[in-house]
Amino acid sequence: MNVTVNINGAERSADVEPRLLLTDFIRGTLGLTGTHMGCDTTSCGVCTVLLDGVPVKSCTVFAVQANGRSITTVEGLKQNGQLSAMQQAFHQEHGLQCGFCTPAMMLVGTALLEENPDPTDDEIRWAISGNLCRCTGYMNIIKSIQAAAAMKSEEVPA
Amino acid sequence: MYPSKFDYLAPTTLDEALGVLAAKGPAIKVLAGGQSLVPMMKLRLANPPALLDINRLPGLDFIEDSNGHLRIGALVRHNDVVKSDAVKTANHTVAAAAPWVSDPIVRNLGTVCGSLAHHDPEGDWASVMLATGAEVVLKSTQGERVLPITDFCVDMFQTLCRPDELVTEVRVKKHSARGGGDYQKLERKVGDYATVGVATSIELDEHGRIASAGIALTSVYAHNLKVADAEILLKGKQPSAELFQEAGAIAGAACDPADDHRGSAAYKRHVVGVFTERGLTRSLEIAQGGQS
Repeated sequence: MNVTVNINGAERSADVEPRLLLTDFIRGTLGLTGTHMGCDTTSCGVCTVLLDGVPVKSCTVFAVQANGRSITTVEGLKQNGQLSAMQQAFHQEHGLQCGFCTPAMMLVGTALLEENPDPTDDEIRWAISGNLCRCTGYMNIIKSIQAAAAMKSEEVPA
Repeated sequence: MYPSKFDYLAPTTLDEALGVLAAKGPAIKVLAGGQSLVPMMKLRLANPPALLDINRLPGLDFIEDSNGHLRIGALVRHNDVVKSDAVKTANHTVAAAAPWVSDPIVRNLGTVCGSLAHHDPEGDWASVMLATGAEVVLKSTQGERVLPITDFCVDMFQTLCRPDELVTEVRVKKHSARGGGDYQKLERKVGDYATVGVATSIELDEHGRIASAGIALTSVYAHNLKVADAEILLKGKQPSAELFQEAGAIAGAACDPADDHRGSAAYKRHVVGVFTERGLTRSLEIAQGGQS
């Protein structure tokens, strides 16, 4: 089946089997390896991408389901060659150790701030509760998302 | 892990979808959120020869308050329920359960109606519906059937939905201003199946007595279990801590949990009793406080 998606602003098409998972479409077919495959059982959340702006676990979606829709992966976070506020914040606050969960954490953080620009720590904990960090670096991940919220609020004064 | 090969159909009208179901029946499986079906296919516990993706059907993502019912359409995601203002006032058991279904990312795709149609005994929604009262709307080329949830839910992974039918909505009974409800859930980690889940619902009469009560249990029986004996005990009584304790004891005795990695049967049975008491107490607080 032909699948056409808008991924990180670019239109990409490919012929795929219906059973191809979205993770493998993104990594294997499109060559964007920033999206990771972890547990492969809908538990760990490292394969999270934004589908029409909403975080989904791409190991539990078939590529054909994304036909005609838009996808954002970690490669799409930077804008005009600049790291996004979320990426800068993870860098600044050391929001990663091994880095394996980081793309998903930054995408979930980005989606959270779109909906809730000034989250409490509890709201952040709740939002990332579908994502595992095997390094248990949660405290710095929460600090990073808070720092990104602060940077964004400075960018656009309320 | 990869599923067996399958054909994929994604119709854009309900008539077309029902036509496909009528023609293919048991040889096709409906794909809504896919958060249970896709993992089962990857483990090859399910090997449907074809999938009917209903995500492109228009007009099935409604949450509506109408005629004493809260109507939840087939494409309403768990997170839509979490965010809905209509739900907060219409049914307190539904509102309490929604944030505890799986994890926040799974909630973005998984659907209420899909969960009911799948009918995993560890699913939260069937208990909510059994406790509060609900009807399931099924459509096919033959027409529409509206079944009470007590009839719809047959056994583990079994419902009265025929292979040619699509669950198009669930109609949940609304709580009145003298009604309240709750969902108590114990889970090892976010996104795990419930170790124990207890849905409760109470309606008071004008004298503050219990006009009707609902209790249903998740993950502690071969299927979601409505505890009719405890509901009968509560009906017509003046609410009290002792009464709720007695209802909890009945629920604990009615369930039949398994000894497993989530806990011993004795422990789960104990938690059922405690959660039933707590859930009824919280339901009563809401019922006595009016709409909150």
